[in-house]
Amino acid sequence: MAEPVFEIKDISYTYKDKLEHTPALKNINLKIDKGDFVALVGPNGSGKTTLIKLILGVLKPQQGEIYINGQSSRRYKAGQEIGYVSQKSNSFAKGFPASVSEVVMSGLTKQKGLFKRFTKKDRDRLDEVLGMLDIGHLKDKNISSLSGGQTQRVFIARALVNDPSILVLDEPTVGIDNRHVKEFYEVLLKLKERSVTILLVTHDIGVVVDNADEVACLNEHLHFHGTNHEFKNLGEAELSKIYGFPLQLVSHDHDRECCI
Amino acid sequence: MIEALLDYEFIRYSFISGIVAGLIAPLIGTFIVIRRLSLIADALSHVTLGGIAFGVYLSTLFTFTINPLITGIIFSILGALGIERLRSVYKHYQELAIPIIMSLGIAVGIVFLSLANGFNQDLFGYLFGSISAVSMNDLILIVSIGIIVILFIFLLYKELFMVSFDEEYANVMNVNRWIYIAFIIVVALVISASMRIVGILMVSALMTLPVASAMRITSSFKQLMILSVIFGETAVISGLFLSYHLNISPGGTIVLVSILILMGTIILNKLGVSRNGGRNEEVPGQTQG
Ligand SMILES: Nc1ncnc2c1ncn2[C@@H]1O[C@H](COP(=O)(O)OP(=O)(O)OP(=O)(O)O)[C@@H](O)[C@H]1O
Ligand SMILES: [Mg+2]
Repeated sequence: MAEPVFEIKDISYTYKDKLEHTPALKNINLKIDKGDFVALVGPNGSGKTTLIKLILGVLKPQQGEIYINGQSSRRYKAGQEIGYVSQKSNSFAKGFPASVSEVVMSGLTKQKGLFKRFTKKDRDRLDEVLGMLDIGHLKDKNISSLSGGQTQRVFIARALVNDPSILVLDEPTVGIDNRHVKEFYEVLLKLKERSVTILLVTHDIGVVVDNADEVACLNEHLHFHGTNHEFKNLGEAELSKIYGFPLQLVSHDHDRECCI
Repeated sequence: MIEALLDYEFIRYSFISGIVAGLIAPLIGTFIVIRRLSLIADALSHVTLGGIAFGVYLSTLFTFTINPLITGIIFSILGALGIERLRSVYKHYQELAIPIIMSLGIAVGIVFLSLANGFNQDLFGYLFGSISAVSMNDLILIVSIGIIVILFIFLLYKELFMVSFDEEYANVMNVNRWIYIAFIIVVALVISASMRIVGILMVSALMTLPVASAMRITSSFKQLMILSVIFGETAVISGLFLSYHLNISPGGTIVLVSILILMGTIILNKLGVSRNGGRNEEVPGQTQG
């Protein structure tokens, strides 16, 4: 029996401002085992990013508990074991005076530890990851002079450079062209073989069905959690209930089609 | 000035302090500018003024004199902690911390100045910088601060880069929270150390102008730091020479040289010498400070 990497127990979360309360998550229970590739899907505003921030300890749970490797997220942060691509990563890179290699290298910060400086070995690792994402030629470029998709690949590289055992990816392929998306999923599947746990948020249902082991459908509540085959066999009615509008699942084996 | 450097101790002291300030102010300034804290440096320098006024006042109370630089340092560290605290109180209006702390600093300064009976020559030096006021004690303080600051940046470079570039990611990766507090304290130290030469009113300019210039022509962060220091030192050294020969306070000349450098880089940039493809209209921080 694989041990759970994430255990989410009865989590609810409401964004509280002075003026309004926006409930984002209600009574979520979810368990993700080591080496699983789980896709988290749901319409805009369904709480996917919120759940991820809770898991990563950026937000503190108001109700319920999250365990990471058996330890409560209130006290424990996975830190160096995690590779993370945030949904908004692209937006704040604009105008920042740093090169691609500096940004990707920063992913190694925690692993190196305080007071240590980067070595030749780290720079070799950097080149390896840049190659993996096909951005080696951009190495010395200013991050703010890249295109949207290129920037996104830089952030994926930063998440992979520390060889994480857990990958948390919030819509990592937004703006990336088809060829590089395909390559990206090949990289993910390779990592999966090395039993890296992957939690992926995406709107690309075709990709989910083809690559993920499990699918979790979120819309405030967790409406569905099962294998990708079970997900594929969900009726139109059930999917539409989750998404709140009529919807059908389109997935051809070769031609990945996005339906949301 | 070369002869003066050889002949007069106090000129040597000022010169060395200037070199230290020209190094550490732009170095820490790169992090200040990209973290969009330029105005915080300004607020802290006004708090330092409060501390200096307090020191001057204390000296009138007692028979012994207290180096106002020390009370200045203490005040600016307290101000730094206050700003960090206020920034977390007003999460969505972090810049509110600036006017609050700044007005507090000026108010405290004015109150103690009136208590100490006014505005003397000394104080003029603190406000606008002075080439003749650096004592041996000041010099020791300034050089010690210089060493602390350089060690801080050298040893924690990775972490500083990370929290500056992407605070959320640093948080996820569990980079220590105390680095924020250590950073703002170091900013307070840099202000105190640079103030003797450049003056309270212009300290933040020495932290931000060289960076603003360098930003226009660099493509990596390391380059940005190096170039900022080169610009900072150029401004300080030529500013001190001008100040000595024209007999005017160094703060003004140093800042004016910095502005000239800034204009030079803007023109170079327009002529297409930039390394980052002319995208720097979006560069943050340039309009601040
Ligand atoms: N910082 C915030 N303050 C207040 N409300 C928020 C905040 N972030 C998100 N919300 C609200 O919480 C709900 C869930 O948002 P969340 O970002 O988790 O959705 P999402 O599933 O990631 O959507 P998307 O597909 O658009 O990325 C939404 O109703 C949103 O308006
Ligand atoms: Mg989201």
